Amino acid sequence: MTADLIIEAEGLEKSFGSTRALRGVDLTVPRGTVLGVLGPNGAGKTTAVRILSTLIKPDAGHARIAGYDVVKDAERVRQSIGLTGQYASVDEDLTGRQNLELFGTLLDLGRDGARKRAAELLEWFDLTAAANRMAKTYSGGMRRRLDLAASLVGFPDVIFLDEPTTGLDPAKREDMWDVVRSLVTNGATVLLTTQYLEEADALADEITVIDHGKVIAHDTPDGLKRIVGGQTLEVRPAEFSDLQQAAAILSEVSSGAAADEIRKGVLAVPVEGDKAMTEAVARLAGAGIAVTELSLHLPSLDEVFFTLTGQPKKEEVAV
Amino acid sequence: MTTLNVAPARVTANPRPFRLVRHSLALAKRSLIKTYRTPEALIDVTIQPALFLIIFVYIFGGAVSGSTHDYLQFLLPGILAQTIATGCIAIGVNLNTDLAKGIFDRFRSLPVPRSAPLVGAVLGDIVRYMIVTGVTVGFGYILGFRITTDPLRALAGCALAVLFALCLSWLPVFVAMKVRTPGAVQGLMFALIMPLSFASNVFVSPDTLPGWMQGFVDVNPLTHLVGAVRGLFLGSPLGSHIWWTLAWCAGFVIIFMPLALRAYRKKV
Repeated sequence: MTADLIIEAEGLEKSFGSTRALRGVDLTVPRGTVLGVLGPNGAGKTTAVRILSTLIKPDAGHARIAGYDVVKDAERVRQSIGLTGQYASVDEDLTGRQNLELFGTLLDLGRDGARKRAAELLEWFDLTAAANRMAKTYSGGMRRRLDLAASLVGFPDVIFLDEPTTGLDPAKREDMWDVVRSLVTNGATVLLTTQYLEEADALADEITVIDHGKVIAHDTPDGLKRIVGGQTLEVRPAEFSDLQQAAAILSEVSSGAAADEIRKGVLAVPVEGDKAMTEAVARLAGAGIAVTELSLHLPSLDEVFFTLTGQPKKEEVAV
Repeated sequence: MTTLNVAPARVTANPRPFRLVRHSLALAKRSLIKTYRTPEALIDVTIQPALFLIIFVYIFGGAVSGSTHDYLQFLLPGILAQTIATGCIAIGVNLNTDLAKGIFDRFRSLPVPRSAPLVGAVLGDIVRYMIVTGVTVGFGYILGFRITTDPLRALAGCALAVLFALCLSWLPVFVAMKVRTPGAVQGLMFALIMPLSFASNVFVSPDTLPGWMQGFVDVNPLTHLVGAVRGLFLGSPLGSHIWWTLAWCAGFVIIFMPLALRAYRKKV
């Protein structure tokens, strides 16, 4: 089993001045899987990624990627990883193609190899038409795709994605998710950080939740959802006068839990599983109640933290 | 989207030789593309020497040398050296700006020698210094400047100026690694370069300077560069200027290159 762990980190600690960014973080990722590292801003997610990708050294603890120590064998580690940061790490004055060819040269693919790989990735990420334009003219979504393409130039075994969809609109986010899924289908291992349980749920085989530099939970998405209490069904009846009756129906669907009016005219009940949605639709229709909004939500990060720590997430203090 | 081969990893057990050279050249090419894309970044090495030549030759020429032509002959090597020294500041400013961007994280996450991004940036600037030299000498010719030696020595003078620039670059590169903002690089470098270019033989013969200042002029690297270029362009006595210039070049590299690389490695 341990032979299959491509990322192993134990007791990682890192301080910046008096700020303790990591206070003993363990992470393990089996080969060919996706680990979602979930946490709010300032939790230490980026610091952990920067240590694992050899950008910075841990103060304590150690980590191995594909069996190589991130400090002692950093050079080896760099040959098997790809990193996509929160901020586009491409050269904006270079074209998309020049960026990818530069990284190909730096990865010793040779002139022809670098060209071929760049063309391949541009095609795959739907950037061929924009290949000869400067990266600074790209839209946010294109820049992210170029950035991700750049991290794949060297055929990495392990790919780090630091908040890959922050700032993308929902459609672009779905595209990015498809890309991540196809990377894994092709045998890569992915560690992605995110602030959205929805994203971790959509992609990750396992989720590690960190807060204030510590791991506060590690589980499968289903396991985590069991802990934090499944999903919430939100309904907005078309007629305000139907609110009472709708609340009663939703309460029954939710097997007894009270439906709260979370916003004006919007009811919410906790539900288990996706069946509840179909059932609610059928029964509301049966009672002749028209509905203008109906949606199923996973708990927000705030709610996850509330459940895991028993207290509302405090505003991060800027340091 | 078509499927793409992502695995297996291409692990280079024995990296190909001369990686530092190849990677530095690839990164130098990056600098060149950036220069080519932002021609306005070349103002300091094109407009500035031309402007300085006009200002100094026609305003001070008569007073200093009695004739503007004589002063132009004397001044041109000096302006070349001064523009090279101030032109070096740009690399520090650019690197300091660049470091804050994600691209350097990318470089650090690649199996690239740690020094390659800095060496590449310095090498990429060679074009800027060739432009400085070409513009200064070329514009000088329009104003009436003439090289009185032979083409070979003239070329040697130009080459020495470019070499000096590349070596001196390590000073602003080091400063760029140490201070926080591009503005601070600019400010600090100007404070260093200004006394070097005025307390020298750039604008006037140092004979009239007070004794204590002559001591400084005698060791000033710009004095030796200017002396060497004047000798190679105009046949004035070379003395040991070329050797001192080369010694300073070596000194800049030996001292500031390791310091800059160390500071770069420490940067988080």
